[in-house]
Amino acid sequence: MNSIILKAGARMLSALLIALSIYLLLRGHNEPGGGFVGGLAAAAAYALIALSAGWRSARRALPLDPRAIAMLGIGVAVVAGLLAALTGQPFLTGLWWKEAGLPLGTPLLFDVGVYLAVVGGVLTLLFAIEREA
Amino acid sequence: MSLPVRSATVTATCLALTVGGFAALMIAAVTGGGAAPDLAWSIPWIPALDIALAFRLDGLSLLFGLLITGIAIVVLTYAAAYTRDPAKRIRLIGLLTAFMVAMLGLAMSDDLIVLFIFWEMTTIVSFLLIGFDHTNPTARRNALQGLLVTGLGGLVMLAGFIVLGNAVGTYRLSEVIAAVPGLPTEVQTAALLLVLAGAFTKSAQVPFHFWLPNAMSAPTPVSAYLHSATMVKAGIFLLARLHPAFSGHELWFPLLTAFGATTAVWASVQALRQSDMKLVLAHTTVMALGTLTMLLASSEPVAIAAALTFLIVHALYKSTLFLMVGAVDHSCGTRDWTALGGMARSMPLVAVTAFLGAAAMSGFPPFLGFIGKELKYEGALALTNEPSLVAAAIVLANAMMVAAAGIVALKPFLGRPSGPLAQPTRPAPRMMVWGPLTLALLGLLLGLMPDRLAGSLVQDATVAILDRPYEMYLALWHGINLPLMLSVVTVALGVAIYLALPHLRLIAERIARALPWRADSAYDRSMAGILALATGLTRVVQPSRLTLHVGAVLAVFALVLVVGLWAAPPELPALGIGDVTAWEAAAIVLVAGGAVGACVTRSRLAALTALGATGTGLTLIFLTQSAVDVAVTQFMVETLIVLLVAAVIPRLPRLAPDRARRTPGYWLRIALAGGIGLMVFLLMLGLAPPVDRTIPAYYEAQSVPGGHGRNIVNVILVDFRALDTLGEIIVVVVAALGAYALLRGSRRVGKDAR
Repeated sequence: MNSIILKAGARMLSALLIALSIYLLLRGHNEPGGGFVGGLAAAAAYALIALSAGWRSARRALPLDPRAIAMLGIGVAVVAGLLAALTGQPFLTGLWWKEAGLPLGTPLLFDVGVYLAVVGGVLTLLFAIEREA
Repeated sequence: MSLPVRSATVTATCLALTVGGFAALMIAAVTGGGAAPDLAWSIPWIPALDIALAFRLDGLSLLFGLLITGIAIVVLTYAAAYTRDPAKRIRLIGLLTAFMVAMLGLAMSDDLIVLFIFWEMTTIVSFLLIGFDHTNPTARRNALQGLLVTGLGGLVMLAGFIVLGNAVGTYRLSEVIAAVPGLPTEVQTAALLLVLAGAFTKSAQVPFHFWLPNAMSAPTPVSAYLHSATMVKAGIFLLARLHPAFSGHELWFPLLTAFGATTAVWASVQALRQSDMKLVLAHTTVMALGTLTMLLASSEPVAIAAALTFLIVHALYKSTLFLMVGAVDHSCGTRDWTALGGMARSMPLVAVTAFLGAAAMSGFPPFLGFIGKELKYEGALALTNEPSLVAAAIVLANAMMVAAAGIVALKPFLGRPSGPLAQPTRPAPRMMVWGPLTLALLGLLLGLMPDRLAGSLVQDATVAILDRPYEMYLALWHGINLPLMLSVVTVALGVAIYLALPHLRLIAERIARALPWRADSAYDRSMAGILALATGLTRVVQPSRLTLHVGAVLAVFALVLVVGLWAAPPELPALGIGDVTAWEAAAIVLVAGGAVGACVTRSRLAALTALGATGTGLTLIFLTQSAVDVAVTQFMVETLIVLLVAAVIPRLPRLAPDRARRTPGYWLRIALAGGIGLMVFLLMLGLAPPVDRTIPAYYEAQSVPGGHGRNIVNVILVDFRALDTLGEIIVVVVAALGAYALLRGSRRVGKDAR
């Protein structure tokens, strides 16, 4: 798409969208948001880059192949579950460390896994369709 | 690290493992001091289902264990010489060793489920070995056939095991066996029939026998080891193992006798027809399996002892003869006995092996085969019912075996060479000659000293099966009695068959041709039938037109709704138009307008935009219900769907213009869509009033103390029901990868087509 306005705007907008997606992910446990919505927002950000600057640049803006990101997401989620299993509790039991002053816990790690799996999955699909074109 | 070095290492390791296993079993056998060993060992595996890795070494498993490891030593050394290519050798040796381990586990497991797992392992390794030459389509087809027949039987058998396990309350084999005679008759009958299906398919009883001759497309050491000496005996082993459990059942004797006798007689007719020596041997193996089944029908100690002695005898001479045929094949490049002749001069050691093996097979004294045959007659005559019928079947089968022994041992080595093929072009490697010769000599040695090792082994195994003391005495000379006379008749009959072979083969050929159907082609037809059914079904439920596909889904959905609403009409609340807020009105306009627009427009892009409006309307509805999370997610999904579809649209054909209106299903489709809309509307009306608050209340109360979060939706997703979420993200990723592969695949096909 040849629109200067879109090109100039997309760069800033996509950065904003990615920041928003991470914000959605982190606040999700207490406010509306979470890994799933966050992941969708991040995918939308890359789709915006792709629409303005082409699919190649969108792919280059990603640190990893989307398929690898998706697999990584599942891996992170499984690890989050296994941490509880290692301490002898049932798989996927939530563990919390409130000592650091922040409410950190395995559910957050699990949500990060969901986020990555969704970004990876959606982008795998989008890029595959586009490359096929 | 070069491949030859690695192949030598692998061979040596596998061989050491085998010799070690054999030695350990020998020690267990010898240190018992005459008494049968009874060692048990178990660790819990799946305690929730009461499944344990339980193993037990008693007389029966010791006998099998010694056969499995002992023959493996010879087969592995033979196989190392058989394959020149190091990569193939690693595969062959490795698979053979894996098979040996599986078979040992099968023989020693004391848990029905563990036994089943080892049983299936032997099936799978057998599949890989039959299809060892995987570039050959026939080998692949035969491998699949063996897998399907024995695998299907195995599954039926598993059902039988589960029936037994549920009825008895444990899967521990020794306890199950003890408890079965006390179970209700119908449970016993069901379990017996299911388990027999497994045993009969594995041990190639008619009508499941056809896979075994086809399995001969495996390399010769595999045929010798799996498909004559060990794996096909797994069914026999199971019959022997479960003998105390089921032999009291009224169906045990008639079923085993009928299947065994039919198999033995039919296979002997087939054996005479073959010209490939491997196939002759394969059919005589089927015959031997039938005889074993017949003998196990009885509860007479002497019949059981006869079966077990014959088991040892058969394993020894059959592996000898198979390996011998492999050596002939290696040297001459053919296994066709009608083309071979007069090779005793050029291959003296192989000829001696063949003569020894054939003498054992025919049951000549002083081989163990002679003792085995005498015992068979004694066992058959000791049967309580139908002794003469069983004895006659065994005499006939044994006479055929004498003739078959003549075919593989006399025809290729005596007489005059009948063509250029009869001259060995290259000598067989030393291990391919000495290995089978060792086995043949062992058969002779065991016959000369019958009560030393074979006697006590068979006695211990018989005691293990019958669970009562039994003194047996194996000897070459029993005096002049009925079994000896039957032996003489057998040999005379066998020689007569051998001499009349050309005529008999014509007759056998005619019988085989006259049959209305053959099991092998029945298998082919049923396979073709299954594929045709699958194709037909796929055509119906997944037609190539997406509209038909979606139409079928919607039609079923509509049917369910109509039936549901008709069966339980919901109470419809009064519709209050007045209390619609401005937001809700806007949402309704968006949703309804979008839906109508998508139906009316003839441009895909416009339809897409209209659907987007519908989605946005839905988002608004979620917002008015204060489901912010759902609304945001819905909005993101709508956005991405528009993006995805926009990427696809340029490559779709234009929407069919007015012509669509004249297609036959046009009004039907409109009726379907409208009907579903109406039904869903009614359904929602019925569901709308008071929602059951139990579950939401629970989560509201538990969210902060249990999940440390105030956003209930997210706490449910990542904590309370995290396992569901894990499953869902896996589905998302797998679906994306699947679509990726499809899109990539279609592109590659397109490129190739160009």
